[in-house]
Amino acid sequence: MVLVIVPLLAGPYWADRGTMRLLIEVFYFLALAQLWNLLAGYSGLISVGQQAFVGLGGYSIFSLAMFAGVPVLWGLPLAGLVTALIAWPTAMIAFRLSGPYFAIGTWVIAEVFRLGFAQVSALGGGSGISLPTAMVKAMAVNRSARESLTYWIALGLMLVVLLGVWLLMRSKVGLGLLALRDNEEAAVSVGVRTRPLKFAVYIGVAGLTGMLGALIFLQKLRITPEAAFSVNDWSVLVIFIVVIGGIGSLEGPILGCILFFVLREFLADLGTWYMVILGIISVMIMLIEPRGLWGIITKRHPITLFPVAHRRVG
Amino acid sequence: MDWINAIVQGVLLGGLYALFAAGLSLMFGVMRFVNLAHGDFIIAGAFGAMVLVELTGLNPLWMLLVVVPVMGAVGYLGQRLVLNRVVGQDLLPSILVTFGFSVILQNLMQETFSADSRRLSAGALDTASFSLGSGLSVGAVPLLMFVAALLVLGSLNWFFARTNMGRLLRATSDDPEIIGLMGADRRHIFGIAMLLASAVVGVAAVLLAIKTNFDPAAGPIRLLFAFEAVIIGGLGNLWGTLIGGVILGVAQGVGAQIDPGFQVLAGHIVFLVILVLRPQGLFSRSG
Repeated sequence: MVLVIVPLLAGPYWADRGTMRLLIEVFYFLALAQLWNLLAGYSGLISVGQQAFVGLGGYSIFSLAMFAGVPVLWGLPLAGLVTALIAWPTAMIAFRLSGPYFAIGTWVIAEVFRLGFAQVSALGGGSGISLPTAMVKAMAVNRSARESLTYWIALGLMLVVLLGVWLLMRSKVGLGLLALRDNEEAAVSVGVRTRPLKFAVYIGVAGLTGMLGALIFLQKLRITPEAAFSVNDWSVLVIFIVVIGGIGSLEGPILGCILFFVLREFLADLGTWYMVILGIISVMIMLIEPRGLWGIITKRHPITLFPVAHRRVG
Repeated sequence: MDWINAIVQGVLLGGLYALFAAGLSLMFGVMRFVNLAHGDFIIAGAFGAMVLVELTGLNPLWMLLVVVPVMGAVGYLGQRLVLNRVVGQDLLPSILVTFGFSVILQNLMQETFSADSRRLSAGALDTASFSLGSGLSVGAVPLLMFVAALLVLGSLNWFFARTNMGRLLRATSDDPEIIGLMGADRRHIFGIAMLLASAVVGVAAVLLAIKTNFDPAAGPIRLLFAFEAVIIGGLGNLWGTLIGGVILGVAQGVGAQIDPGFQVLAGHIVFLVILVLRPQGLFSRSG
């Protein structure tokens, strides 16, 4: 593990600009994938609307910077907080739906935000808005320092999400979530408080997704409703990463993320065919081994990088 | 007058939404399963009709005779060969497999037909309209859509109430385990449910192609409209989906009258408000 993390921490000292951009993208996709996996794989909350929170985070940090003069670095955690606060009432609506209808309901809510932000002329309406140059310059002394900073923030957020999900799943809460996912009625009967637990996970994931969204658009420096609330970027790709790598494990999203970026390097020129190929792989995996590539690997070799199995103590 | 006109158009548009919704409602009712590629299947049917029109040069309405049975057959086979493997207790595989289908279909259509927006012409029917007096007029195509929705929903209701297969489908809806004991093959029953849902998709597809522009990426929003109509109307109630579709259509029509940018947003907001006030829908069978 150290062998991977130390070179990554030193990234700005060895990687060129293009590599760093790619790694930043890898980091936030991996974090988004882990968070979606926590929802769908561990908590049984299958959302197709996480783009709502990516977009809200992005628009929050832009609004905080432009209208309240909040320095963008403070804006990151604040954007996460704002997103979590907005997620609260939306969750209350979405939680009225269950199963497949929950999935489509979260999608409708994301669409409401996309269409709504397109109507806000102070934020550029449908054509979007750029972060004022002064705000960008205030981040760091020069461009390369800013890029290094963005890189470390992305890496830090990814590690926080990874460790956070791991520790959560090793805790009593994680045990409750697994019980709930495997058999909700049984979990309730042994005293798992279903609804508050799911609700808290949903809000927490929304907040962290919002922080990632803030980071994504801080790196892009420009935000539009189409990009911010894109179902293709923030749901389709993230879901494919988790499904291909292996849903319901921490290793799966990592494997899926590596595979996704490798495939993209080779197949991105294919354009729409690339998406067709990813779609076919995902469908095949769901039909053959729903636990993904990691499930196929561990069937033969029972290994684990992040043990979450619970042992009875005492 | 503009407002009344917007409402009338909205009501008629609701017929098309009810057709979108009927397929979704049927699948969920019988199999507790939702096809996230539902909207993309509608658009695929529309492109199918377009290809047939280009080949034959006939009026698109004739294509109903081909598109509806072909969609039905594809639905039955798709259910037997693929979807039956993922329908079950665990919701995750069915949601993710159909979500994958949605992305595959969208991109295949874009590869085949380009991202251009299309529309089919029904000849003189496109511009024909009936005057209702005092400046109010109703287009022939919207009226046709509404009548088609009444016919389709009426036939489905008759089918469920009066035929043996309809009764079996309802029994499956009530308890999917028990029909096995009655000697029925659940895989076949599910196939029939999907056949019906897909045939309705075929009707909706041809009418959509005449009524509005469509492009390969236009599917997901139709899934959302179908879903909203189902939830507004209440689960398990086919006539409820018609009311749901009409409410959605009127909300969009009135929204567009306020500002064109509000059309779809107004529909979503009315849906969310109804979900908050009456989560079981307006005409739920159970509620």
